Amino acid sequence: MALEARGVSFRYDKKQDWILKDRSLKVERGEVLALFAPSGYGKTTLAMLLAGYLRPAEGEILVDGERLPKKGVCPVQLIFQHPEEAINPRWKLRRVLEESGTLQEDVLKAFGIESAWLERYPRELSGGELQRFCVARALQSGAKYLICDEISTMLDVITQAQIWNVMLAEAKKKNMGLIAITHNHHLAQRLATRTVDLRRDF
Amino acid sequence: MEQKKDTLLEIHDLSVSFRMYDQGLEQKDLRVISDLRLSIAPGEIVAVAGSSGSGKSLLASAILGILPENATVRGHLHYKGEELTREHQEYLRGREIALVPQSVAFLDPLMKVGKQVDGPGKKDFSSKEEKRKSLFKRLELPEKTAQLYPFQLSGGMARRVLVSTALLCEAELIIADEPTPGMSLEQALEALKMFRELANEGKAVLLITHDIDLAFEFADKVAVFYAGTTVETAPAADFLKGPEALRHPYSKALWRALPQNGFEPMEGFQPYAGNLPEGCLFAPRCPYKTRECEEKVPPVQEVRGGEVRCYHGA
Amino acid sequence: MSKRMIKERNLAHGGWNHRKKLLILTCATAFLFLVIYVIGSLISDGAVTGSFLNAKLPPSTSHPYGTDALGRDLFLRTLKGLSVSITVGILASLISAVIAVLVGIAAATGSKRLDAFIGWVIDLVMGVPHTVLIILISFALGRGMKGMLAGIAATHWCSLARLIRAEVLQLRSRPYVAVSRKLGKSGSWILIHHLLPHLFPQFLVGLILMFPHAILHEASISFLGFGLPPEQPAIGIILSESMRYLSTGMWWPAVLPGMTLVLIVLLIDKLGECARKLLDPYTAQA
Repeated sequence: MALEARGVSFRYDKKQDWILKDRSLKVERGEVLALFAPSGYGKTTLAMLLAGYLRPAEGEILVDGERLPKKGVCPVQLIFQHPEEAINPRWKLRRVLEESGTLQEDVLKAFGIESAWLERYPRELSGGELQRFCVARALQSGAKYLICDEISTMLDVITQAQIWNVMLAEAKKKNMGLIAITHNHHLAQRLATRTVDLRRDF
Repeated sequence: MEQKKDTLLEIHDLSVSFRMYDQGLEQKDLRVISDLRLSIAPGEIVAVAGSSGSGKSLLASAILGILPENATVRGHLHYKGEELTREHQEYLRGREIALVPQSVAFLDPLMKVGKQVDGPGKKDFSSKEEKRKSLFKRLELPEKTAQLYPFQLSGGMARRVLVSTALLCEAELIIADEPTPGMSLEQALEALKMFRELANEGKAVLLITHDIDLAFEFADKVAVFYAGTTVETAPAADFLKGPEALRHPYSKALWRALPQNGFEPMEGFQPYAGNLPEGCLFAPRCPYKTRECEEKVPPVQEVRGGEVRCYHGA
Repeated sequence: MSKRMIKERNLAHGGWNHRKKLLILTCATAFLFLVIYVIGSLISDGAVTGSFLNAKLPPSTSHPYGTDALGRDLFLRTLKGLSVSITVGILASLISAVIAVLVGIAAATGSKRLDAFIGWVIDLVMGVPHTVLIILISFALGRGMKGMLAGIAATHWCSLARLIRAEVLQLRSRPYVAVSRKLGKSGSWILIHHLLPHLFPQFLVGLILMFPHAILHEASISFLGFGLPPEQPAIGIILSESMRYLSTGMWWPAVLPGMTLVLIVLLIDKLGECARKLLDPYTAQA
């Protein structure tokens, strides 16, 4: 039971250089993998490929041995660095959460999402508060794997600790596989059961 | 208050509010910065730490005079002892005060990166280009980066380009708004080292950042923001020593939440700008709060060589 | 040591904010239109058949706009004309705006070839002067109300369609739309819940700003004799008839109905401008 990238390559256009060439990566259920790389190594592209936002030009992405489904709820969910872009600014937050299914009280409680927040619009909350909603939305979808692309880089350390502590607990409870893309070595040490450095480990 | 001669930028009792539409036709004022204090002297790096939505970036906009039209600014803003009026800000912007913005959106999408970093003017162009090349090298930007357009840069590269833009211009005060995210540890350290060198040459750097552990290493002072106000200003060394050396409960909580120091989150949330508490803005989350805290905003006190806005600061 | 307070910098207007202005303007315009429309349709044809005894009277209290060469009261005729113009304007711009939204969405979400084709059609329509195109279409459809409507509707959708296309393209690349897809939402669900609500204000402003164009085109085409039939009291017809007498010093049949038309157009333009400001993030909160 794993999420796997097998010999994946990607470029936007046939005339352009490869952004990613022949990469492989595997994360098991219940594992937290920290992914390191300097900028320009195609981390975000790899994240998008793993979550099915982009289709690889070569190679394949396998979830528990099967190809990523093209339709329906994706078992791999991606959480972005900038939560304010991942939420429709015209929707109240209740609607944002309900997009991934009925509200799960225990998830909301774990993130300390107060019921008054649900009736607010995104611009009334700070980035840290919005990121909780993005994570809660991904957890509610019943995803088996989560890919977190620098999700706490733009947040203060207290919010970072809050979000990650809840996320680790939820992932453990639901036996999910987690990939955390980060620059912060201390954070990676806290979170990860295994670390991959794109510069060396390929 | 005595204005010290050697301060470059002096801010006190600053408040910024935004006029926003409520439901329907009524507008209300959202106070996003209140009673904020900050001062910075030549040769200093002052790091600004605090939660997201605590008004850090807005402070930068207020200093530069680039707040949107529906903002109201009150309080004292002085640069070299002179009041910062809108005209004065306009003059200083880009000349004496430079900004390292948060995103590439601030770059001209139709101009090659190298040209933008060099800036306008043909005078001593070749020396500038030389300098830019060496800057790019130190920040691990490949030589050909100068020939790229902004959309071709990755997030971390863009940040480094933005940093080099500010480093090249001759500004005396550099305001860096989150310059490090997206950079590798080595690159971030190199960028901060370059800010340090600038400060050592007598310039001043205001460093707004979430990478507070790095900031502690390079800054002289750290100002901790919470809900739009400065709760503590302390020598950076105190943050390296640990929570005992700090004065405000929020600063201590920040320290404890660092992944290398326990990764312990603090309960509760920063209040929403439209719904601020009467007294101390931190009171709802504070373990030491008393009646006094809930009724009146605490004054700024000097404690052990730092300033703290807390009745119980010790 | 300077302790002066920085002057309070509040650039927003006090009291009259955009939203209040817009609301009042909308109500006033809607009321005015309603009044013109109701009066216009209540005025019987008999009321505007004048007698030669009253011909060529300058403006007075009994005939505020004077009378024309056939002795018809020009104020009543202008009102009746305006009610026709408003009907044509609303219908034509509504049809045009709906076309714009459909075409814009099709171009943004369809295949590359469809997008290129639509781009070509837009260039084509915009390349030909509007008046010429409206005359051609109106003429081909046998003039009258139907031909006019078709002509105006078929020529005014282009720039709004381009705007909608760009907006949809930009929206579709938004992370929250991508997330929605990965949460299992279908394309039509995303269109209805994410895209359309976002496009609605654009649609509305486009519609309002199109309205004065439609009215002016209606008037000019009728003036040239390719639009509404001469027996219909349209503004264009009144103006066209007035031309014959202008040189004899009869200024009122041209000036007064013309000014009224300009006023109506300016009012709507102001309304559209106000709505646009509310939408623009830089001025939205003022």
